[in-house]
Amino acid sequence: MIYGSATVFTLLLVVTLSIKGSTGLQWIVSGLTVGSIYALVAMGFSVIYSSTRVINFAQGEFSMLGGMLMYTFASKAGVPVPLAFILSVIIVTLLGAGFERLAVHPLRYSSVITVIIVTIGFSIFLRAVAKWIWGSDPVKIASFSGDKPIRFLGAALVPQSFWVFGFTALAVLLVFLFFNRTIVGKGMTAAAANPDAASLVGISTSTSSLIAWTIAAALGAAAGIIIAPIKFAAYSVGTMLGLKGFAAAILGGLGSAPGAVVGGLILGVLETIAAGVFPSGYKDAVAFLILILVLLAWPQGLLGRRQDVMA
Amino acid sequence: MLRVEKLSTFYGNIQALRDVTIRVRRGSITTIIGANGAGKTTLLRTISGLNKARHGLIIFEDQDITNTPPNKIVKMGISHAPQGRQVFGDMTVAENLELGRYSRRFANRAEYKQDIEMVYEVFPILAERSGQLAGTLSGGEQQMLAVGRALMSRPKLLLLDEPSMGLAPKVIQSIFKTLFRLHEQGLSILLVEQDAKIALETADYGYVMRTGKVALGGDAGELLENEEVKKIYLG
Ligand SMILES: Nc1ncnc2c1ncn2[C@@H]1O[C@H](COP(=O)(O)OP(=O)(O)OP(=O)(O)O)[C@@H](O)[C@H]1O
Ligand SMILES: [Mg+2]
Repeated sequence: MIYGSATVFTLLLVVTLSIKGSTGLQWIVSGLTVGSIYALVAMGFSVIYSSTRVINFAQGEFSMLGGMLMYTFASKAGVPVPLAFILSVIIVTLLGAGFERLAVHPLRYSSVITVIIVTIGFSIFLRAVAKWIWGSDPVKIASFSGDKPIRFLGAALVPQSFWVFGFTALAVLLVFLFFNRTIVGKGMTAAAANPDAASLVGISTSTSSLIAWTIAAALGAAAGIIIAPIKFAAYSVGTMLGLKGFAAAILGGLGSAPGAVVGGLILGVLETIAAGVFPSGYKDAVAFLILILVLLAWPQGLLGRRQDVMA
Repeated sequence: MLRVEKLSTFYGNIQALRDVTIRVRRGSITTIIGANGAGKTTLLRTISGLNKARHGLIIFEDQDITNTPPNKIVKMGISHAPQGRQVFGDMTVAENLELGRYSRRFANRAEYKQDIEMVYEVFPILAERSGQLAGTLSGGEQQMLAVGRALMSRPKLLLLDEPSMGLAPKVIQSIFKTLFRLHEQGLSILLVEQDAKIALETADYGYVMRTGKVALGGDAGELLENEEVKKIYLG
């Protein structure tokens, strides 16, 4: 399955490049750009899911808030970009951690479904508050290093894409190091595989949940900030981004961090190629077509494991 | 060292433990035998905090630890090697042991060295296999890893759930010999077993559980001679 889909995907890239040439290259690069964002959002879903079995439907709103806060700090208040970035991420991260303590933690003896419904409520609440603060018009955020296109093999690539690639690679690396090289991260990995055995060696499910929400909120916020100059930011962008990230997580295998990255990149590229080939109104349909097909035919996703999929 | 008083635990409406009262003396090996479904695992899980007690008390070293979360219980000095080993299969033997001392992760590196060397001395095979994925170990090796991981928290009391499960008699003998050595070094052990003979031969005290209740209790030697125990569990 993995090799099969890798082959099909590579073939698709080759065909796109050979038929469309530099336009094809442009599609692929911008596909990988949005794909990186889907990957970060998907990782947020997966981190929370593997620690708590909760699907956080407010994940996309973390990205929306990241973008909007960036707008306030960088575009309105004139705070330097790096500082504005850090401030926005910190605020959203605190919000995610606070929500976990105030709403998720008290429900730790309730069913997972209850918590999922609370996350839906939270997403509606965040959107309403954002609309109240920032209004409903989309806002523009300046690119981190200008908009002058970079010429590469006849294609014109936006510089922000490279910021997106760099941040995504860094975030993926940090998450990987945390879960595989630190004792607390390894404990969370162990707890995802065997919660009882993990509890018995002293890993606290409550702390794991808090850490997972903190990481997911930070990833979501960073994703929303770095994509904002390319797309645009508005109170309403979180829903679609959340659903796309969820589709990417399912495609890669919910609960698998590498799967989230692979799923995000594939989804981004397929969607962008589809938008080029078909009338643009069908673009969003691609993600959901993939979501439905994967759920029907291969519910554990490309890199996921069967036991990670909810019965 | 450990007193369990009139403990009752439920799964939903099903009562798995009914007024269970047992004692574990400091430095002893105490065993609990009983048929499948008698509630032995549930008792250990309730002591270590994985299951909630509805009634009753668990007292460890004069402290009430009833319904304390598992991560606090292990810090207090009770370590539980669960039924079916439950090693972290996708991690190496060394990583499993490292996680075994999660509750003591703030202790210094020197102590970590001591702990891991102690476990490798008790189970030399684990040292040979330290880089191997735990899921690829044999059943006996996994059992040793499960016990080794439990020892990494430097417990005062070790809860062991059916270490003999699915193992060849030779391997069982060797594991029980090791348990006896640990006991001689001062570790208190609460041992749940289906294999009543080897359990009662190794232990100082024993209890027989039947349908969620303690049916019999006393010196292990006396239980070995008990007609009923002989007929049902040793026969
Ligand atoms: N998760 C659960 N949900 C519902 N009932 C359970 C659960 N776990 C155990 N039980 C029930 O509780 C009773 C006691 O089970 P327990 O596992 O404690 O027995 P045991 O003595 O350890 O048996 P064995 O020797 O087979 O391991 C059984 O009737 C069992 O069916
Ligand atoms: Mg049992």
